[in-house]
Order: sequence, then structure tokens, then C-alpha cells
Amino acid sequence: MNRKHTLLNDKTPSAQVCVTKLRAEKVNLYYSSFQALRNITLDIPACAITAIIGPSGCGKSSLLRLFNRMNDLIPGARVEGNVELDGIFIYDSKIDVVELRKRVGMVFQKPNPFPMSVFENVAFGPRRHGINNRAELEEIVEKSLHQAALWDEVKDKLEQSGLALSGGQQQRLCIARVLAVEPEVILMDEPCSALDPVATLKIEDLMKNLAQQYTIIIVTHNMQQAARVSDTAAFMMMEGDRAGVLVEYGPTSQLFTNPKDKRTEDYITGRFG
Amino acid sequence: MLKPGSSTAVATSSIEKSLKRRLRLGERIIEGWVFLAGLFAIIVLLGIIAILIKEGLPIFAYSSPWRFLFGTKWYPVSEPPTFGILPFFVSTLMITLIATVIAVPIGVACAAYLAEVAPPRVRETVKPIIELLAGIPSVMMGFIGLMLLSPLIQSAFNLNTGLCGLTAAIMLSLMSLPVIVSVSEDALHAVPKDFKEASYALGATKWETIRHVCIPAALSGVAAAIMLGVGRAIGETMTVLMVAGGALAVPLSPTDPMTPMTSAIASGIGNAVRGGLQYQALFAIGLILFIMTLAVNLVADRVLERQKRKFPR
Amino acid sequence: MTTAPIASRQISQRAAFVLLGIATAIAVLPVLFIVVYTVVNGADAISWTFLTQDPSQAGKAGGILPAIVGTFCLMLGTLFFALPIGVMAGIYLTEYARQNWLTRFINMAIVNLAGVPSIVFGLFGLGVFVLAFHFGLSLLAASLTLASQALAMVITSSREAILAVPREHRDGSLAVGATKWQTVRHVVLPQALPGIITGAVLAISRAAGETAPILVTGAAFLLPGLPSSPFDQFMALPYHLYTVAAHVPGMSKTIMWGVALVLLLVVLSFDVLAAIIRFRSRQRV
Repeated sequence: MNRKHTLLNDKTPSAQVCVTKLRAEKVNLYYSSFQALRNITLDIPACAITAIIGPSGCGKSSLLRLFNRMNDLIPGARVEGNVELDGIFIYDSKIDVVELRKRVGMVFQKPNPFPMSVFENVAFGPRRHGINNRAELEEIVEKSLHQAALWDEVKDKLEQSGLALSGGQQQRLCIARVLAVEPEVILMDEPCSALDPVATLKIEDLMKNLAQQYTIIIVTHNMQQAARVSDTAAFMMMEGDRAGVLVEYGPTSQLFTNPKDKRTEDYITGRFG
Repeated sequence: MLKPGSSTAVATSSIEKSLKRRLRLGERIIEGWVFLAGLFAIIVLLGIIAILIKEGLPIFAYSSPWRFLFGTKWYPVSEPPTFGILPFFVSTLMITLIATVIAVPIGVACAAYLAEVAPPRVRETVKPIIELLAGIPSVMMGFIGLMLLSPLIQSAFNLNTGLCGLTAAIMLSLMSLPVIVSVSEDALHAVPKDFKEASYALGATKWETIRHVCIPAALSGVAAAIMLGVGRAIGETMTVLMVAGGALAVPLSPTDPMTPMTSAIASGIGNAVRGGLQYQALFAIGLILFIMTLAVNLVADRVLERQKRKFPR
Repeated sequence: MTTAPIASRQISQRAAFVLLGIATAIAVLPVLFIVVYTVVNGADAISWTFLTQDPSQAGKAGGILPAIVGTFCLMLGTLFFALPIGVMAGIYLTEYARQNWLTRFINMAIVNLAGVPSIVFGLFGLGVFVLAFHFGLSLLAASLTLASQALAMVITSSREAILAVPREHRDGSLAVGATKWQTVRHVVLPQALPGIITGAVLAISRAAGETAPILVTGAAFLLPGLPSSPFDQFMALPYHLYTVAAHVPGMSKTIMWGVALVLLLVVLSFDVLAAIIRFRSRQRV
């Protein structure tokens, strides 16, 4: 089924169509003396899904984590270059990282719900940000679970442990947890790689719905998934010294049917990776 | 393709303000407290060193270090008092040596048994029992030594009293066993399976593998275990206080009653006038003890770190 | 190449394994014997009066209530001082500390503290808490001394418990905009709690059995009443055992074994408690 992937498709019009939400400009990332990313320049459009693809180990996750500064947690991590959210340089020392991470949420490869009830998992973020009123929290939890397409399955089980859910449900719970703090961007690091195909499709549908309101960046090693869900795609590779570079990025349809770089073509056609 | 530089029409200044770094006073305060707590280990250690030096060092103004360390007469209440700690030093060495000689073969053999030979059920049962041994308070071990072991030693060696270095050494060897067994066992466990499998593939029996492959590979861990056991034996107080005999002369044989350094401090400190010469001398013994156990434990720790790097789990 | 015939090598192996087994038996039997012997000989002394009355006839008769109370006061005191500092230090070392010289120094200090002889801790307590801080021979000074000794153990076990919490939970919390302390308080600590409590219980079980530190900081053999303030002297089980075993002529053996048994029971019951907590927390995972 051919879908035209253009940025100006007929999604819900918003003030942020055709606009750059996040940008990286000539970014180098080092872990102590090891260079993980080299000279990355990339624009992430708002209210669209951008996929980062490439062979394993090429730095896709490191690139993703640039945008919510999760790399800061690794001792010795150093970023050079420009990384912007809505035009604001996010590695500025005057930026509040905690607030940044509220705006740029993240879902991880292996679903990681807290060992708490479903309700408390979703309410975790709002509680930390100061919302303690039970009625307010219930509203937020319900809304988030609806948005994550999980409400119907758990509405009677809100007090049960989040760990009792299936893998796919746990991942949607983690998505609901992120949605509860009302981010603008959702980063997803191989969100379906630990899930079965049925759960994967549910999450992909969810992503497409969420993209109407949120900017989504997804790292995936599954090319078909990237072709299915994303509007823009970025292809990365590892160079000889194991540093990751951005080979090409552009609208998904163009990248997959008419790649500009031979390396992209080789990867897409399965000659390696 | 998007032109670089196009940005949203929304006013950036209001976004900037909400993304601006907050003071988060609560976080900073907690970071401060937690940091202070982290320093406490250093504070206590430095406090120990400081008090030992402050109260103990002055004795060397009265009695030269040479006479203090190698003098054989400990007469704190004579006029003038003399402070020679050789009897205590020799007692500590003798008791520690005997305890180590007893405990090491048994401990390492037990560790080898648990790590390589024992079926899992036996291992699960024995390990808690050894931990139980570690949990018995030293005053109890002293009590048992006093009530049960010393009469035995007295009759076995035809002595005037069973309260002697040998009795103390035997009780101490029991007390060192848990640390020797557990650290050696960890070391043996860390030996990679490949080593053992290579040995079996060459036709060696299990015992030959243990003897020629496992134990040599785990040797530094076992050495560290022994050092930790020695450190424990040097520092043990109540057991030796109760069964080593308390005599003040330099011991000539393990069956002599004797006073190791720890007992010397414990029995003397009650009578010593605060700040007086005997008081200072006892703190000085404490300082020497501290240095001895510090050295042994530091070396053991260094060896264990090296071993962990050799065979990471 | 000539090798010994396999039969003789197998015989040597058999013999070696028997020796190893004997060594293990030698390591294991004494403690079992000690426990059983103490129970058998001390059981006669245990009675309601023994546990709830004061000593009489200069300790040769009557009960050991003050010693039991004193020991429990010491355990509480040790916990009070060592637990908050130890847990917070563990949090600092796992969550906040950077890999610099100071952290290495702190870790080295912890290792060294663990090896300091108990009488040296006694001297420390005497010089610092009893004299320099002017607390005198007291429950306070003794508790602080025991807490200093327990600190290394509490820090180490807290650190292990906190490190055992999987990284993903911290990441998940930070990724929704929680601060570091919020993450520690609401995600890490609740999961680390069983391990921390186990470590604390083991630490105070050890403190209950320590004699040398309290010998010089306030323990006494016979006191007219129970301590009424932290600045009072106190009786304690290990010191009581030491005194009745070695320093009271004409002491009845039954009472000696009775005291030994009570001390053993106190220490062991806390060890068992720690084991139960550890076991149950593992079951839940």
C-alpha cells in the first residue's frame, strides 16, 4: 500500500506544520576519548515521525539521547556543536535539564514500568511536578491511558502492578507515563524490538495517532517499520574509527525509493547491515 | 528539504524563560547533606588516627621508641614506670601465626570443597553455618575457650593453667575461618570455566584440575583471604583477653600464658589515669595495632582488586 | 609420555576429596557444637525471673534484666546514629559521587574502617566521645562508638542494595522529568529498602555482641537501676558475660551459661531476621 509520505500531508493543521522542532548542527559526541558521533547535522520536523535507521552500533541511540540530554548521565560524555529545541540551544548551562526532559520524553527499548500500580506509574510524572490532587491525577491518568490506547484494557486494573501487564501493554504504559507530563517531543529507542508482531503493530498505529500532536523520533533497526510509520528518515553508519555519521536524511519515500547516497542504497537493499 | 534556520513563530523568549535553569533549592540542600554523610567515613577514620596520635605519641617523649617497641618490661606502676611492649608484640605474633597455620589449610580446603566438590545441597547448608560462625560474638568465643577448651589444653599438655597462647590461637583460628573460607571460595568461583574445561579435556581428573589449575589461578584471592584472616586475628580482643593468660613476660612457648597487644590495652585502660603515662602508652599500642591492621587490610584489598580485574565476573 | 595409571590417580582423588570433606567438617562442627552446648547448659538458667529481674547477691543470683535492657538501648542508639548517615553515604557514593580522588579516598576509608580492631574503636570512643566531647562514661558515648564501628558495614550494604536497582528504572524516571533526588526517593530507595534493612539488622546484631568498645566507654557490671538518661552508665549482655566468666569468684556456672545463651539468642535472632528479610525480598522479584 503506497502512502505518500510528505510533510505537508493532510494531518490536523497546527501552527507547527512545516517547522523545525529540533535541530542538530555539526554535532560531535565524545565518551571520554572515544568519538561516538561525528559532524551530525539534522533537522527534525514538528508533528511528524522521524526514523533513525542504520546498522547496530552506529550511534543511533546516542543521537537520540542528544535531544533529551540523557547522554549527560554517562561519565565523560561531551557534546560539541549546536543542538536546539524550538530554536533554543539546549546544552546551554542556563538550561534546566529536568524541565527539558519533561518536554522531550523518552520511551525505551525494553519496557520499564516501575514496580508500582498502573495508576501510580502514569501518575508518577505529574506527582513529581507538583500535582497531588487525587481528582486531577485521575483525570490525567485517564487521558494519558486513552492517548496511549491502553485505557480499555486497564481501566479495571488501575491498582494492579504495572509489571503484571503483557509486554506490549507495558510499553504502552510507558508511553502513557511519558504522555502524562505533556511533552512536546517523544523519543523512542527501538520501542518495539522486545515485542511480538501484534503488539508492534498496535504501537505503530499509536505512533501515527500521536504524531498529529507530538513530534516523534524513533530509532529502529527494522527498515520495514521505518518505511511504514515515518515521514522523514535519517540513515546513519559507523565509520572506521567507530564514530557514527549521518549519511543521508530526507522524506522517507525519497530515501527508500530514490536514495541519494550509494551507502544508503546498499543498506536499504540489504547488501549489508 | 527544510531550509536550516526556519523556526517556529511562537515567541522564543517565553519558552526560554520556562526552560531556564531553576535553583531547585531542595535538591541542592539534599546534595549537601548527602555529600556530608559521604565524608563521614573519612571523618571517622581521621578521627581515629588523630586521637591515637594525640594521646599516644607523647609517650615517646618519655620512653624512646626503641625502648618502647623492644623493651621487655611493662611495669606501668613502678617508680619510675617502664613501658616495653615486646612481650605484647611477640604474643600477638605468636598467637596470630599459630591461628593462621591452623586456619589456612582448613579454610582453603573447605573453600575448595565448597566451590568444586560439594553437591549444591551440601553447599547451601554449609555456607549459612559458616556465616553463623562469623556471627558469634567474640566474648562468647572467649567464654567457650575459657570453659571448654582451656581445661582440655591444660590436661593435654600438663600445664598449670589452660589459659595460654595455644588456647587463644585455636579459638582465633575458628574466628578467622569464615573470612578465609568465604573470600577463598569467591576467588575459586571466579576462575573461568574455560580453564577447567581445558584441563578436563586433556584428561585430568577433577582433583588434579583443582590442584593444578583452580588453586593457582585463584592464588591471589586466596592470599588476600589469608591476609584478611590475619588482620582479624591481630585485632581480636575479647577472646584473647579471656583465654590467653594475661602474663606480662615475653612468651617462650605457645603454652605459656601471654598477653597480646589487644588484651594489654583492654586490661590496662580501666586503671590508667587519664592523660597519664600508662594511658599514653596504651594509646601508643593502639596506634601500632592500627597501623598493623591497616597495612594488612590495605594490601589484601589491593590484591583483591587486582584479582577482580584479572577475572571479571 | 608416561602417566600414572588412571586407577591410582582416582584413588588419590578419592583420598583428596575425603580430606577436603574432613576440613569442611572441622570448619563446621565446632560452631554447631558451641550452639548446642550453650543451649543445653544455659537452658536451665533461663526463666521468667532470669529475664525480668535485676541481679542480686552481687550478680551471683537473680536476673539480668538491666543487661538485656542495656543491650537493646545500645542497639537502638547504634541504629539511630549509623543508619541515617550510612544510608545517605551509600546514596552519595552510588548516585552523586563522581569518579575522582575524593571518592577513591572515601572508598579506601570504608575498607580500612572495616578492619580496625574493636579495642581501637574503644580507644577512639574514650578519647573522643567520653573525654573530648565530655559525654562521660555513658550510653551516648558507647552508642556513638558502636555506630562508628557499624558505619562501614551500613554504608557497604546500602551501597550494594542501591546498586542492585536496575538502571532502567532510573532512566525511566529521569526521562519523564523527575529530578535526581526524586528518582532516588521514589524509585530507587523503595526498591533498595529490603537490602538496606538487611544490612542494618546485621550491623546492629554485630553491635549487640561487641564488648571491647563498650568496655571503655561506659559499660558497668552492677548498677543500682536502669539508665534514666543517655548520659548514664549501663549494663550490657556481652560485658556481663565477660565479667561473670572471668572476674567474679564463686559465680555459678548455670548463670554464666544462662547469660551466654541469652546473648547468643539475641544475636542469632537478629541474624535470622535479616535472613528472612533477604529471602522474602528475593521471592518477590
